[in-house]
Amino acid sequence: MAKNIREEMERWEKTTLNKVISKSPEREPSFKTTSHIELKRLYTPLDLAESDYCGELGFPGEFPFTRGVQPTMYRGRFWTMRQYAGFATPEETNKRYKYLLEHGQTGLSVAFDLPTQIGYDSDHPLSDGEVGKVGVAIDSLKDVEILFDGIPLDKVSTSMTINATAAILLAMYIAMAEKQGVKSEVLQGTIQNDILKEYAARGTYIYPPLESMRIVTDIFAFCKDRVPRWNTISISGYHMREAGCTAVQEVAFTLADGIAYVEAAIRAGLDVDSFASRLAFFFCCHNTFIEEVAKFRAARRLWAKIMKERFKAKRDESCMLRFHTQTAGCSLTAQQPDNNVVRVAFQALAAVLGGTQSLHTNSRDEAYALPTEDSVRLALRTQQLIAYESGVADMIDPLGGSYAVEALTDDIEKKSMEYIGKIEAMGGAIKAIESGYIQGEIGESAYQYQKEIETKKRIIVGLNQFQFQEQPLKDILRIKPEVEQYQKEKLARVKKERDNTKVKDTLAVLKKAAQGTDNVVPPILEAAKVYATLGEISDTLREVFGEYRER
Amino acid sequence: MSRKIRVLIAKPGLDGHDRGAKVIARALRDAGMEVIYTGIRQTPDQIANAAIQESVNIVGLSSLSGAHNGLFPKVVHILKEKKADDILVFGGGIIPVDDIPELKKAGIREIFQPGASTEDIIKYIKENIQLE
Repeated sequence: MAKNIREEMERWEKTTLNKVISKSPEREPSFKTTSHIELKRLYTPLDLAESDYCGELGFPGEFPFTRGVQPTMYRGRFWTMRQYAGFATPEETNKRYKYLLEHGQTGLSVAFDLPTQIGYDSDHPLSDGEVGKVGVAIDSLKDVEILFDGIPLDKVSTSMTINATAAILLAMYIAMAEKQGVKSEVLQGTIQNDILKEYAARGTYIYPPLESMRIVTDIFAFCKDRVPRWNTISISGYHMREAGCTAVQEVAFTLADGIAYVEAAIRAGLDVDSFASRLAFFFCCHNTFIEEVAKFRAARRLWAKIMKERFKAKRDESCMLRFHTQTAGCSLTAQQPDNNVVRVAFQALAAVLGGTQSLHTNSRDEAYALPTEDSVRLALRTQQLIAYESGVADMIDPLGGSYAVEALTDDIEKKSMEYIGKIEAMGGAIKAIESGYIQGEIGESAYQYQKEIETKKRIIVGLNQFQFQEQPLKDILRIKPEVEQYQKEKLARVKKERDNTKVKDTLAVLKKAAQGTDNVVPPILEAAKVYATLGEISDTLREVFGEYRER
Repeated sequence: MSRKIRVLIAKPGLDGHDRGAKVIARALRDAGMEVIYTGIRQTPDQIANAAIQESVNIVGLSSLSGAHNGLFPKVVHILKEKKADDILVFGGGIIPVDDIPELKKAGIREIFQPGASTEDIIKYIKENIQLE
């Protein structure tokens, strides 16, 4: 049969196709994806001829998970609709969470302000002007109690975008749950805890890489016994993609980071099958629809192979790449913001067709500020439209078997593997970050992308073509400046009311653990329980671990 | 002999989103300027001092965290205190339109919003910096 198709295709090219092309050439001399993969005009069964269905695609819920990680996928249950949210005070954010849950959101996702992410209390001089701005401000357990007030932590799963201070927020969350009468063993959620990508992009690191990796593996060890249903890390390509890298680079850099975490945990004495099933991933979904669908499928297959072949994982769950997706913030335009609604819808659809486990859809006004309540509702509705109306969730991996999608899945897997090989040759992801290689690659891609836009090689509707004179969006969310003062006063009250001797003692225990080899998470939990602040706990670790400075 | 325009691109505050700052630094370099990029997490003091030490003609501030209303004017203020207000300051990032008049009143010469091209910024700098 293959021969017949080849002959027929050659005939088609020479006759039908050639007749048209000789008169009117195609729009471009060649078509490429954002990852510089040259696209064929037409994909046919010839592109799949050598593929081994059972080995490379297989069945949902089975190795290598190309077609999905669950046997029933969205026929069983839709993906978790999880809008990243947080701003101003815990009091205000608590209201937003309740609003989202009332409107059908199925999980929470906490955005923290920068001081919280970098280990400063609201009263620290460097927090000046940043309190409550990009997320909610958390200084102590008191704030976490307010944040989740009235939200049943045994029923709702919570994802926290927190890295350098992940252990502290997890500790506060556990302490809060205990107060609700919920045991840590039943808690479900995720801490991002992916410090490596913070050095490569985004920048919320505190300690040097090796010390940070120790905290990460301490968290793995702590959670496998105490919080077994928790995702201990969300290995993230999202921020590197947002910083400008391509789809292939996103897969390669993310999985290279993943390899570094698995190696670190094994070095710390953990058995691969004891923690690997709790590793989660986080990807971006950008504009190029088919490439994005293929990207998710390729990442799943490649990770499964890495876990099985390289790390000799025995359990299927250890080889499963489960991931969260967020639509691409960097694709949003300030110009004609309603266009963003459509962009987000396409991106969200690609994420679903790629088999995501949870999804955040961006809001139309995010090129201006954090989204308003109305914008967030529309973004959530976009997911609900895909889930309930489009029908794509009624079958598993509906694009599987598409000649183009399968060919691109193969291409992305192959190119990502080559990249990972390059990083391995440098000594792995940590070395590649320390030397600035990954940052350089991201920066180069970002610059090329910008140049393509400015030379109109890449058209962004409303930005460099199809513009019109418009009024800038006025109705945007503003964070009141009083938030900072409010947080500072609350913090002062907490410090006055708590038992300061206990705070001192627990911090001393933490310091000793950090200096030695004891797991730092249990003493962090004890400190959090007696209302030691996030800044105090971070400072204790700063004294021992030092601080990282960007090269 | 033609001297080159010297530019400091800086990231004030705790925000680590440096894609824009890095793209602009590189575009200005490609346009023939001398560019110093501070890296992330700089205080207004550090930025003003770097601007003076590097004797730049102009400083570009980039922020996405919403802390611009406090941080940008501080840089201008410190430069003035140090009698270095011949150094122009401009800014960019996720900055709501309504904030622009106040920022300009505080001495930020220009604000570039999302969607601005590097060409616009190059043109702005060349028009506003005349080297003797």
